[in-house]
Amino acid sequence: MTTDTTTKTPEPAAVPAPGPAPEKKRVVRGHRRLLTRRDRFTLALMAGVPTVLHVILVWVTALASILLAFTTWDGIGFDSIKWVGLDNFTQLFTDNPQFWPAVQHNVVWFVVLILIPTPFGLFLAVQLDKKIRFTRVYQTAFFLPVVISMACIGFVWQLVYNPDTGLINSIIGANEPGHYIDWIGDPHLNLWAVLIAASWRHTGYMMILYLAGLKSVDPSLREASALDGAGEWQTFRNVIFPTLRPTNTVVLVVTIIEALRAFDLVFVFNKGAQGTELLSILVTNNIIGESSRIGYGSAIAVVLLVISLAVIIPYLIATFRKERRA
Amino acid sequence: MRLSPSGLPLPGPSRRSLLRGAGGAALVAGAGIPLLSACGGSASGSDPKTVTVGSNQSDAVPKKAYGDIYTAFTRRSGIKVDVNTKDHNTFQEQINSYLQGTPDDVFNWFAGYRMQFFAAKGLASPIDDVWEKIGGNFPEAMKKLSKGADGKYYFVPLTTYPWAVFYRRSVFRQHGYEVPTTWDQLVALCKQMKKDGLVPIAFGDKDAWPAMGTFDQINFRLNGYDFHVQLMAGKASWTDAKVKAVFDHWAELLPYHQDGFMGRTWQDAAQTLVAKKAGMYLLGSFVAQQFTDKADLDDLDFFPFPEINPAYGQDTVEAPTDGFMVSKSPKNHAGVVKLLEFLGTPQAEEVYLKGDPSVVAASDKASTSAYSALQKKAFEMISGAKSLTQFMDRDSRPDFTSTVMQPGLQKFLQNPKGVDGLLSSVERQKKTIFASS
Repeated sequence: MTTDTTTKTPEPAAVPAPGPAPEKKRVVRGHRRLLTRRDRFTLALMAGVPTVLHVILVWVTALASILLAFTTWDGIGFDSIKWVGLDNFTQLFTDNPQFWPAVQHNVVWFVVLILIPTPFGLFLAVQLDKKIRFTRVYQTAFFLPVVISMACIGFVWQLVYNPDTGLINSIIGANEPGHYIDWIGDPHLNLWAVLIAASWRHTGYMMILYLAGLKSVDPSLREASALDGAGEWQTFRNVIFPTLRPTNTVVLVVTIIEALRAFDLVFVFNKGAQGTELLSILVTNNIIGESSRIGYGSAIAVVLLVISLAVIIPYLIATFRKERRA
Repeated sequence: MRLSPSGLPLPGPSRRSLLRGAGGAALVAGAGIPLLSACGGSASGSDPKTVTVGSNQSDAVPKKAYGDIYTAFTRRSGIKVDVNTKDHNTFQEQINSYLQGTPDDVFNWFAGYRMQFFAAKGLASPIDDVWEKIGGNFPEAMKKLSKGADGKYYFVPLTTYPWAVFYRRSVFRQHGYEVPTTWDQLVALCKQMKKDGLVPIAFGDKDAWPAMGTFDQINFRLNGYDFHVQLMAGKASWTDAKVKAVFDHWAELLPYHQDGFMGRTWQDAAQTLVAKKAGMYLLGSFVAQQFTDKADLDDLDFFPFPEINPAYGQDTVEAPTDGFMVSKSPKNHAGVVKLLEFLGTPQAEEVYLKGDPSVVAASDKASTSAYSALQKKAFEMISGAKSLTQFMDRDSRPDFTSTVMQPGLQKFLQNPKGVDGLLSSVERQKKTIFASS
C-alpha cells in the first residue's frame, strides 16, 4: 500500500509541468478576454458572497464591538444603549479585580508554551527525524492530543486532577483531610495544572511543525557537516537550527495565537475561577447570560483585540517587506 | 414556530409569521413601529384554542411532569397547550433575545429580582386579574414573591424547595449530637465533630454558586430579611458594618468546612455526607438526589440554619421558587388567563408533584398526603416562614452576582483576612452595574 501511494502521488503533480502546461495557459488567457455574462455572474457570486459574509461577520461585528465598548447596554432594545465614554475602560483598569490577573495569565500562558512544549516538540521532531524504528507510531502518539478538541482535553484532565477521586490524588493519597492537594481550586496550583494539559497538546503541534521544517533541510548540508567532523549537537546548532528560521517564525505566531485565544480548556476546567482568569473568559462571562453587560464585555474584547493587533501588525509588516524584497 | 439549532425562534414561511418576525425585529431595533408590532401582537387569525408555552424544563422528569399538567388543563378547558422546550441553560442565556423576539404566550421562569427585572423592562404582562382568582391558594410570603417592583403581580409560582442544613440522623444518634438552634451551639457542634474525626461541614464551590447560599443564610439570620432584600437590590452598601459582620461569622465557621472546596462540585461534596464522612451540609433540598439508596435517603434529615440574632430568630427561609410568567403581548390573552388560573390551583401542583417528587408545592392548599417525610418537613418549613428569599442570584441582578459576587466570594474563601479590600471592591463594581440601567 505504501509503495503504491508513493509512486502514484508524484504523477499527477508532474503532469502539468512538461507537456500540456503552455496550452492550458493559452486557454485561460482566452477565457479572460471573452468573459461571458454567465462567467461574470459566477465570479461575482463567488467573490461577492464571501466578501459580504466577511464584511458582516468580521468587520461589522468588530467595529460594532469597538463602538459598544464605549457604551453600557444590557441587550434589551437599542434605546437602552447609553454612551459612557471611557468609563468601561477606567473601571476595567482600576476596579475589576479579575482583569490584571487575566492579562497576566495570558502572558504566562504564552511564556510557558514557548519555553516548555516548544523546545520539547523540537526535540521530539529531531529525534523522530532520524528515522528510528516505529517512528510513525511515536509520531501518532505525540500528535494525537492535537486532534482532540480542547474542551475534551479539559474533561479528561479534570478526571486526572479531581481532588477527591482523581488519578493523581488517589495514587499519592492526597485526598485525605490534612494533606490535601486541590489541583483545580488552589489559585497557586490550578494555572500550572491547566498549563500542563495545554502543553501536553501543544508539544505534538510543535513537533509536527518542526518535523515538516526538518524535512526541508537539505541532506547535503548534513553530509557536509558530518564530513567536517561536526558532532550531533554542533550540526544541530550550527547547521540545522539556522535553516529552521522560517519554521520558528510560524511557531512563534502560532504560539502567540494559542496564548491569546486560550479559552475552552479553562472554561471546562473551572470556568476561569480564582487563579485561572483569562481575557477570553472575562469577555464571555460579561456578554453571555440573561442580563448581559455587553458594553463592558466589549471593552474587554477591545483590549484583547488591541493586544492581538500589537502582535500581528509587526508580523504582517515583516512578512510583506520580505515578499516585496523577493 | 420553528426553532433553529441554537434554539432561537425563526420566522416561518407564512406571511403572518414573516410579519411577526419583522415586528419582532422592529421591537429589537427599539424602533417600536406601531403598525408592524401591531401585526406581530394582534390576535388576527391566531388560534383562540391554543396557548403556547416556552419551557426551560428540558430534563426528562420535570418535562413529563409539566406535560401532565398541560394534559389535565386541556381536558378541563378544551384549550390546547403548545410547548416549546429548550435546554435549561440555553433558555436562560437567551432569555433576553427570546423575550424581545417572538416569545411564547407563557414562559417558565423564577421568582424574585430576576422576575422583577424583566417585568420592569416591559417584557412581561401584569396578571393581577389572574391573582384575583388564585390569591386564596397561596400564603402571604408567596404573594410577596410574585409581585413586581411596581406592586403588580407578574408571576404564578408552582414549586419550591428550601435551603437548610442537612445531616444524617444515624450519625447524630451515634455520636449523641443535638440539632443546634443557636450560633454558639453550631460552632460547638463543629468543634466536637472535628474531634470525632468527621468533616463538620461538607462543602464544594467549584461551580461558584454554593457559597452564595452560605452567605445568604448568615446574612438574613444576622441582619434580617429586609436587609437581605436591600443589599441584593443594590440599595444597601457592601461596606456596611453589617456585611462585614456576616463575613466575620463566616470566617469563624470556615475552618470547619471541608478541605479543597474550590475544586469540588456540590455533587462530590454530597457524597461525603452520603458516606457519613461529613456531619452536616448546607444546601438546597436537591441534595437528596445524591442519595440513591433508599435506606440512606430515609436517614437524611435537615434543620433550619441556627439563629444568630434573636431579633430575627429563624423567621426567614431561602426557598427558590419556579413558576410562570406571561410575555409582553400574548396572542391568546383569554387562553393565557385560563391557563394561569389553572396553574395557580392546588390541583395543578398535585399533578406536577406526582411526576416530580423532588420539590414541594408553592401553594399551601395542595395536598401533602403523597409527600415523603423530608418533603413534609420542607413544606412545613416554607409555609411557616415569615419571609421567603430566593437565593442570591435570583434576588439580585444576575450580571452582578455572576461577574462580581461569584469571584468575590471565592476570593474571600481563599483569603478570609482580606475582607475589607474585597468589600470596597464589590461596592465600587456594584455601583457601576446598578447604575447602568
